[in-house]
Amino acid sequence: MAKIVRVDMGAESVTFEEVPDKYRFARGRWLTSSLVADEVEPTCHPLGPGNKLVFSPGIVTGTTAPTSARISVGGKSPLTGGIKESNAGTKFATMQARLGIAAIVVQGQPKDGKQYVLTIDKNDARLMAESSLRGLGTYATTDALIAKHGNVGVCCIGPAGEMRMPMAGICFNDLENRATRFSGRGGLGAVMGAKGLKAIVVNGRGAPTVPIVDKDLFETGRAKLTKAIRSHDITKPKGGLNTYGTAILLNILNEAGGLPTRNFSRGRFEKAADVAGEAIFEGNKERLGKEVYNHACSPGCIIQCSNTWHAADGSEIVSCIEYETAWALGPDCEIGDLDVIGRLTWLCNDIGLDTIEAGGTIAVAMEGGVIPFGDKKGAIKLLEEVGKGTPLGHIIGAGAAVTGRVFGVVRVPVVKGQHMPAYDPRVVKGIGVTYATTTMGADHTAGYTIAPEILGVSGKVDNFDVNKAELSRNFQATTAFIDSSGHCLFIAFPILDFPEGFQGVIDECNGLLGTRWTAEDVGRIGAEILAREREFNKGAGFTSADDRLPEFMKYEPLPPHNEVWNVSDEELDAVHGALAS
Amino acid sequence: MHVNVKVFATLKRYLPEERARQAFDLEVPDGASLEDVVRMIGLPAAEVKVTFVNGRTEALSLVLHEGDEVGIFPPLGGG
Repeated sequence: MAKIVRVDMGAESVTFEEVPDKYRFARGRWLTSSLVADEVEPTCHPLGPGNKLVFSPGIVTGTTAPTSARISVGGKSPLTGGIKESNAGTKFATMQARLGIAAIVVQGQPKDGKQYVLTIDKNDARLMAESSLRGLGTYATTDALIAKHGNVGVCCIGPAGEMRMPMAGICFNDLENRATRFSGRGGLGAVMGAKGLKAIVVNGRGAPTVPIVDKDLFETGRAKLTKAIRSHDITKPKGGLNTYGTAILLNILNEAGGLPTRNFSRGRFEKAADVAGEAIFEGNKERLGKEVYNHACSPGCIIQCSNTWHAADGSEIVSCIEYETAWALGPDCEIGDLDVIGRLTWLCNDIGLDTIEAGGTIAVAMEGGVIPFGDKKGAIKLLEEVGKGTPLGHIIGAGAAVTGRVFGVVRVPVVKGQHMPAYDPRVVKGIGVTYATTTMGADHTAGYTIAPEILGVSGKVDNFDVNKAELSRNFQATTAFIDSSGHCLFIAFPILDFPEGFQGVIDECNGLLGTRWTAEDVGRIGAEILAREREFNKGAGFTSADDRLPEFMKYEPLPPHNEVWNVSDEELDAVHGALAS
Repeated sequence: MHVNVKVFATLKRYLPEERARQAFDLEVPDGASLEDVVRMIGLPAAEVKVTFVNGRTEALSLVLHEGDEVGIFPPLGGG
């Protein structure tokens, strides 16, 4: 029987509960968002005792389903003030799922400022005061916990989380126990820090397998999805993602004129190719004398898109430089040097920062005159200040919206206080609709319309067309379901193009749960999750006025296309209007 | 007439090194289409997924003009 582990930081207690019937099928984002919506007062302070932090692996996580080791983390965001879900790929997810723990709920707050580590194994869960990890970066924290516990799943925060900075993420270990997989967005690391929780260790040794109601149906689904992933050009072995990683997107967004450059003042960067996935692959080849294909971030991933960047002497600079990371710390700051981007990425990982918010905030600080655009040493120093918690470091650590206000910057590309990812919405209108209307604040993963608008996946849609409410709505609902399934969102590329792959995901879930879901149910469940999240945000004070892009995008044309943001408010409001009806 | 061509990612392997490394100038007959360019530089049509002309995605049938900037991509994704 699946359990909920409830950790009360105020009472220093850990209790086990049975999963209530209303949550019997809910896992991943479905469960984290439901628990937050049901148990957290929307008006609570995100860093106060009323907030809760919830961890849930997906429906098929811990099974042989391909690319399904995602952990969903939910809570009220100190960055946006709304509900937050951010998921990561890590063996932590697999181990939690196999231990039969549908959710870990961390609530309350210690009164004495003590710091704790939560350890969970097949017999027990214990909350122990632990002072030796205080102030350590995520790399040292993870190393210490691995040295003590062996092959375990580790979840921890760095100094940024301890200092309750709104751009602090939550870090998980990868297969090599590097501190590099993040539930990065929305400041959930600060929530964990405010709970006095430095780390969670999940030990999967001796854990049973995940129960499956109809093994034949599950196996049928698993085979269909595996075939779809292995045969699609983007996700197959030595395909686009396995060879070049997500940073393969730098060149195509640059070509489209939608690569935000110099704090969203241009759509092209002259050095884009120097920091793209192709440059990482070729650079590694030159420096190591051999081709390096990417690796899995988590058990059972057959896409394997996670890269490693190596120095001229062959040593490892960092893993992983994602597209969003390369862009935020690169073109958005006018930095065209992979070694510097690698160093900045390592610092973000170690301090425990969302790379999108970190890079975007540095760019806003550059706009505000703190350091010049393109200042590599200055950017490194700014992140070091964040890690040390200097007054300037705290301003940067508070994110782009706060930093922009402090330095009098108008061009601040945020929605609901969260910095935009690496697609300028003036050029790619559908992703702008997603940024504006998702419950998460500006977030590309919430409804990745880039697939049809730029990449030609699931057909081709004109990126300049302003009628995108339906497209964004459908992507947002389906994504909410995928985020609940436990699969990585990158299965979307093959399942959008191959209907058999999509059916495979449904078969897997039906096989595991004994349900009879259809494709319509996927849309219905996704829409219900969105409605629940939206209800929370309404309670927190959000209105349709928050579902808007920043004003400067309406009057500042973006070169080279010189487009402004021209999607109507009615179109934006139609996204959720139709969901509710 | 002349157009400027850039080829990306896995498609580069079909080009001589000089053309794979950076954008190159290509002389094409008047009335040439994107599809003609793909054929002229020796790319397998089945591996061409997204084509840009002057930063806008265009169909292979599009007729080109003097000075057009062409970008050619294989299937790719990320995020």
